[in-house]
Amino acid sequence: MRKKNKKTIAIKGITYILLILLTLFIIIPLVWMMISGFKSNGDLFTNSFGLPKEWLFSNYILAWKVGIGRYLLNSVFVTFVSVALTVIISALAAFALTNNRLYFKGRNAVFIFILAGLMLAPQVSVVPLYKMLNRMHLYNTYWAMILPYTAFRIAFTVMLMRAYFLGLPASLDEAAYIDGCTSFGVFSKIIMPLCKPILASSALMSAMYCWNEFMMAMIFTSNDKIRTIPTGLMNLTGTLRTEWGTLIAGLAISALPIIIVFIIFQKQFVRGIAAGSVKG
Amino acid sequence: MKKRHITACLFLAPAIIVMLIFMYIPIVQNFYYSLFNWSIYKPGKTFVGLKYFIELFQDKVFWTCLRNNTLYALISLVGQLGVGLVVAAILEAKFMRKHSGFFRTVFFIPSVMSFMVVGLLWQLFFNPNVGPFNGILKAMGMNTANLNILGNPGTAIFGVIFASQWMYFGYMAMLLIIGIQKVPDELYEAAEIDGANALQRFLHITIPNIKEMILVDCIIIVVGSFKLFDEVFIMTNGGPGYASEVISTYLYRTAFRADMMGSASAMAVVLFVITFALSIFQMKISRSGEE
Repeated sequence: MRKKNKKTIAIKGITYILLILLTLFIIIPLVWMMISGFKSNGDLFTNSFGLPKEWLFSNYILAWKVGIGRYLLNSVFVTFVSVALTVIISALAAFALTNNRLYFKGRNAVFIFILAGLMLAPQVSVVPLYKMLNRMHLYNTYWAMILPYTAFRIAFTVMLMRAYFLGLPASLDEAAYIDGCTSFGVFSKIIMPLCKPILASSALMSAMYCWNEFMMAMIFTSNDKIRTIPTGLMNLTGTLRTEWGTLIAGLAISALPIIIVFIIFQKQFVRGIAAGSVKG
Repeated sequence: MKKRHITACLFLAPAIIVMLIFMYIPIVQNFYYSLFNWSIYKPGKTFVGLKYFIELFQDKVFWTCLRNNTLYALISLVGQLGVGLVVAAILEAKFMRKHSGFFRTVFFIPSVMSFMVVGLLWQLFFNPNVGPFNGILKAMGMNTANLNILGNPGTAIFGVIFASQWMYFGYMAMLLIIGIQKVPDELYEAAEIDGANALQRFLHITIPNIKEMILVDCIIIVVGSFKLFDEVFIMTNGGPGYASEVISTYLYRTAFRADMMGSASAMAVVLFVITFALSIFQMKISRSGEE
């Protein structure tokens, strides 16, 4: 028995060491980023891994002024509008796909039409989309990001919401219909208030996507005034060239909001992933 | 048409219209455009049939792309799914209950960051002048005098793949943890009474019970590997030369740098066929898992 105890302690020890090594693997680059943001160029070259000789808060201020501040605001705007549109449009669709009163023949076909969106990558449509946005005079506007983001998020969001709506008791809205409520009344007064958890999860998942999206933002916009963080940072690598410290400070500022949001809303994130089990 | 049908239409219309205009129509157009020689700056186009598809498969760079995409997929299966599975199993072990929350959060953090940040971070981290990566290897006794991971054609794609493993293994672990938590506790209790140790319980209970999920995650990884764009574009821009080019970055270069739109559309069609087929396969499996 004692022998066995020793063995389990050894196994526990090894697993803990393994986890701690992985933790270091994750954390070292992040800590390096936070610290290097305070360094001067000379300091970075000679002393890449140590603490800064002199803590240059000015790097962070400069990074903010050079553009990060503006990009952050743009990101907040684009993300907010895209998420609001996605959630509203998807909730309406999911309601029509699950409500008994609104049943119609071909409803399954419509569901498949929406769900098929999950299988399409933006890369595949980026050339025609570029041409189309140009012709619609949307190229280089906020809408060139917002509308494609919304379109590419609807499939996933409808899937999440539909599954949740199906779990709600049908008797609830039946009672409201008998009381003379319209479908929209049932949707907005009965269903929506019951769905706050799934609304929060889908909003977070979409927000993460819009906040981080890079490819479409880069191809569909070129005006520095409307750039979001990912494309803005890309641009800064050109402007700052070899101002490494400032560039790294910019990275740190950009990474923080989403990390903080994740830590606060971890539960909603995990619910979203669990319900979707799909990347993105 | 009955009134309730009209109501249903009104509820569904926004979703259908937005998806139709910004997803489905462009994809159909893409098939059509791949048959023409056209430019974004000049009007008019000439029909060339399947010329671009034939050229594509004779193009050495395109084969490099396919090789890099495949390499990324294979390494990610081990580095994300393999590592993720081990981590998930450890974090769900009984003695880990107290600390698993902390590790889960830490491992998951990189996957919520933008790849722009992650890519630039690793680009700088690998940089022989400013980054500490070479220094770390040197401290471990390796000769790093000429080491420039992203600057060398032979190693560039591996640098990109390495950064992606860093970013996503925690995400995979989280997905698998969710799956493991759905396995009924009684199964483990029964096995424990029968004298099965932790490894045996993992192999004979956990794995068989989450095998659909593992398969789905495999496909998610493979599909993701073929869609790959940000990582490569940011860290190496396909270089040096074409050494780390993948389909999407080559597509971008062909369309928006070389202005060969027809050729780029043909690449998009190939990409569509690969990802669509894999996704249908994935949906089939997820369905069978539900029942």
